[in-house]
Amino acid sequence: MTGDRPALELDAVGLQIGGARILRDVTMRVATGEMVGVIGPNGAGKTTLFNVISGVAVPTSGRVLLAGDDVTGQRVHQRARAGLGRTFQTSSVFAGLTAGENVRLAAQAWLGGATSPWRFPRTDDEASGVARRCLEEVGLDHHLGTSAGVLSHGDKRKLEIAMLIATEPQVVLLDEPMAGVGSGDVAGLVDVIRRLHRSGRTVLMVEHHMEVLLGLVDRVAVMHHGELLAIGTPKAIMADPAVQKAYLGESV
Amino acid sequence: MTTVLLLLITGVGLGALYFLVASGLSLIYGLMGVLNFAHGSFLTLAGFLGWEVGRRVGDGSWAGLLVGMLVGLVVGALVAAITELVFIRALYERHIEQVLVTVGLGLASVALFEGIWGTDPIQIRLPEWLGQTTDVLGANIPNDRWLLIGSAALVLVLIVLFLQRTSYGLVIRAGVENRTMVTALGIDVRRAFTVVFAIGGAAAGLGGVLASVYYGQVGAHQGTSLLIYAFIVTVIGGLGSLSGAAIASVLVAVIQQFANFYLGGTGDLAVVLALAAVLLVRPTGLMGKVTH
Repeated sequence: MTGDRPALELDAVGLQIGGARILRDVTMRVATGEMVGVIGPNGAGKTTLFNVISGVAVPTSGRVLLAGDDVTGQRVHQRARAGLGRTFQTSSVFAGLTAGENVRLAAQAWLGGATSPWRFPRTDDEASGVARRCLEEVGLDHHLGTSAGVLSHGDKRKLEIAMLIATEPQVVLLDEPMAGVGSGDVAGLVDVIRRLHRSGRTVLMVEHHMEVLLGLVDRVAVMHHGELLAIGTPKAIMADPAVQKAYLGESV
Repeated sequence: MTTVLLLLITGVGLGALYFLVASGLSLIYGLMGVLNFAHGSFLTLAGFLGWEVGRRVGDGSWAGLLVGMLVGLVVGALVAAITELVFIRALYERHIEQVLVTVGLGLASVALFEGIWGTDPIQIRLPEWLGQTTDVLGANIPNDRWLLIGSAALVLVLIVLFLQRTSYGLVIRAGVENRTMVTALGIDVRRAFTVVFAIGGAAAGLGGVLASVYYGQVGAHQGTSLLIYAFIVTVIGGLGSLSGAAIASVLVAVIQQFANFYLGGTGDLAVVLALAAVLLVRPTGLMGKVTH
């Protein structure tokens, strides 16, 4: 892909709202194809970090680079076009549409099919093909015609990932993908995330489920009071005394 | 028995008229959260222009009426799309202002129509068959009701096909459910707003020409009076639900007919009571899920 340029780069990113410093000088480089877990106590700035990367929030200092290009001034949909995709903490599927239609909608948005009002979607057109392929990739192809509202919470999360894949992102941000997922669904979801990563995508994931996280990621980034406290392999992070004091010691 | 049948079928005919107005209102509110008080003006203007063109093609002939209906569709769609582009879009997400501007348009346009076509309704000529009746199990059904029911059924089928089968329909259905999320997917949902306005306007425009068939006249206040019932239908059916609008249209019109006949002309009162009952028992309407 981009060779030696990191897929994602944060250069001294800071965010100040009023007098509160939500993020302080966060500098981080994520290599192409890497999977990084982001942990930290509640209020440490994890979701804010994702908001700054995806363009939902604009940093007050520093730069955000995607594959070497400065995207700090770009808006959400522009960054999406540049290959950045994200899921949200709360489930965001269209309950009234079928699983297939949900993914098709995302594929349409990406392929531009939504701009031709009179084209009838056919089962053999490009967007439908993409929808089927993405559902297959997350193991939901048998739910193509199922109304998204009746899917289990775990399957809804998989559906979100399928919608994400349909927009062909190079860098994927997953915000607590395991939140609210029943224990029976965890293994399947972990599998989907692993495949998402193995297909060459760069993944950043906020997750409180430590067992899952440590088994998946290449590196772990620890956020604390808006600062990047440490970043390293799961083993190194677990052994880091500063991390243990700030985070693990308190909440585990 | 024949009276019941007569009331039932004529009620469905009136319901067809309500549906043509209410379908657009419901879709527009469902997708955009806009209560469009100018909807009646689309209907009235389409009724007048459909009649003006139709009578030049052939006054009182089928050709004239069919051309008039076509003109009504086109005029309704165009005027609605222009209204959206010029007035509504500028007030994106400002719902109070949007309501005010549509109320203003509704009032001003009626004054304009009165200035052009006069304050009194104009009697129109229709194909002879429409003035006759058909015997259904002993009940003499006015033929114009068949035209109303057939047209509304066709419009319902076409809108459903559009919503269920086209790419745009998918965007609109998703948008009715959660507008913000559609935008987050990178879809410019505002383009869908114009499309929905045009579709609603076309249905209302056709309704305008068919209202002139139903009442045998065109007038500057036709849209305003139908709009009131259409709003009641939309609320009873559930804002944003097309099938709700279809069911509620028939329900409201049939209740109205029966109350008018059996309860000494209390049709309008019965409709308002029905509205109150639905609001008390199911505030979201019969099929409504939208909460803006």
